[in-house]
Amino acid sequence: MSPLPNPLPDAEAQCRQLADLIRPQLHHSPALIGIYSGGAWIAERLKELLGLPEDIGLIDVSFYRDDFAEKGLHPQVKPTVIPFDVEGRHLILVDDVLYTGRTTRAALNELFDYGRPASVTLAVLADRGGRELPIGATWCVWNVDLSDGENLVLGRQDDGQLAWRLENA
Amino acid sequence: MHNPQLNKDGELTHLLSIEGLPQRILTQILDTAASFMEVSARDVKKVPLLRGKSVFNLFFENSTRTRTTFEIAAKRLSADVINLDINKSSASKGETLLDTIDNLCAMHANLFVVRHASSGAPYLIAEHLRNIGRDDVHVVNAGDGRHAHPTQGLLDMYTIRHYKKNFSQLRVAIVGDILHSRVARSDIHALTTLGVPEVRAIGPETLLPKHLDKLGVHVFHDMNEGLKDVDVVIMLRLQNERMTGALLPSAGEYFRHYGLTPQKLALAKPDAIVMHPGPMNRGVEIHSAVADGGQAVILPQVTFGIAVRMAVMSIVAGN
Repeated sequence: MSPLPNPLPDAEAQCRQLADLIRPQLHHSPALIGIYSGGAWIAERLKELLGLPEDIGLIDVSFYRDDFAEKGLHPQVKPTVIPFDVEGRHLILVDDVLYTGRTTRAALNELFDYGRPASVTLAVLADRGGRELPIGATWCVWNVDLSDGENLVLGRQDDGQLAWRLENA
Repeated sequence: MHNPQLNKDGELTHLLSIEGLPQRILTQILDTAASFMEVSARDVKKVPLLRGKSVFNLFFENSTRTRTTFEIAAKRLSADVINLDINKSSASKGETLLDTIDNLCAMHANLFVVRHASSGAPYLIAEHLRNIGRDDVHVVNAGDGRHAHPTQGLLDMYTIRHYKKNFSQLRVAIVGDILHSRVARSDIHALTTLGVPEVRAIGPETLLPKHLDKLGVHVFHDMNEGLKDVDVVIMLRLQNERMTGALLPSAGEYFRHYGLTPQKLALAKPDAIVMHPGPMNRGVEIHSAVADGGQAVILPQVTFGIAVRMAVMSIVAGN
């Protein structure tokens, strides 16, 4: 873990690093699934960088979250779209920041309602620690220390470029 | 003013009527329903949102279709569903509505879906739950008297948005027995709230409520005039009992004036859609050639209805 650099790292360069890490696994012909919204943007980038022909899957885990009883339904749910058969496929789940692991857990549960994949791996740009579940990233390009009140948010700028910003809760 | 449908944070906690709901809540329900459409297309048509929750269908008035779609919606949310055949049970033994509710709360009910012949019954239940401090129990109105049928209104809006993309340029005609129709009332409030610029009501004088103009609705008695250049035609069911009540001469006469035939539909825009809440009376309010034609979206309405009811139940149960 390293403290937060200033300025924040270039998210586009990190996407290229992440693609380099995944490239040796392409003989499995894996399918990409991005978790809304940051993970979906990164998955779209990875598809281009890795030259994958297939459309990416998009997943919104709102219907599978474990905090429904406390927080209710998220006010903006997006449709999950999986344009390929999950059964027997090698899946790469993509997210922007790995933190408690609860989003990953919800995404895994949702994926298994579509079928039984051959394997699921997890690719993230940033791992900020603080895990509450036994979940780890298969590929990660940035380990970073954040305090509890801080949130790392991936945004997409008007020109389509991905960029990090820091928000204080 | 206290709105019994919203909690202190302005979130939807009961769905009693579309009247009084802000646009943002209607839009939230429609957006959420769009996500649930995808769930119904999967192999496993279930999400775990309401796992362990109990949904009681309280139908004091018969309705197979509405009850079934609520039941399917609740089951796809993983809730346990209990259908009470209320006509054959305690109510017929003299138990009051609120005593029935108290008993079901003692059985750990989480959500009531209520259909009642008396306008306001779901309000009475929601108010009672508030008075006894059960803000964890929610009410969804599945039709009360002539007052409201909000989930039908919402599924109609979902259907319109699905085919027309947005509301801001539309001309919508509602045709038939508007006076006795809770669907029409909910549709009018929803269309107005969502910003439809022109809502028309078409029907005989005896079946149109007075003061429709105060709701911003344009009234037509001649269908040929009213259908001109509309984008959406919402047909209403003509309830047979109206025929005996001297409000109408005969079914044949009604069909001649207000039945939707291919000739009359040709007056609307060429891409106009035809909706109907069901059940249809073919040859009374709608010609079979229209009901089965390419512009009818009556069966998609039923499919959308499940997703809309999943959205409503999951939103209220979470607030």
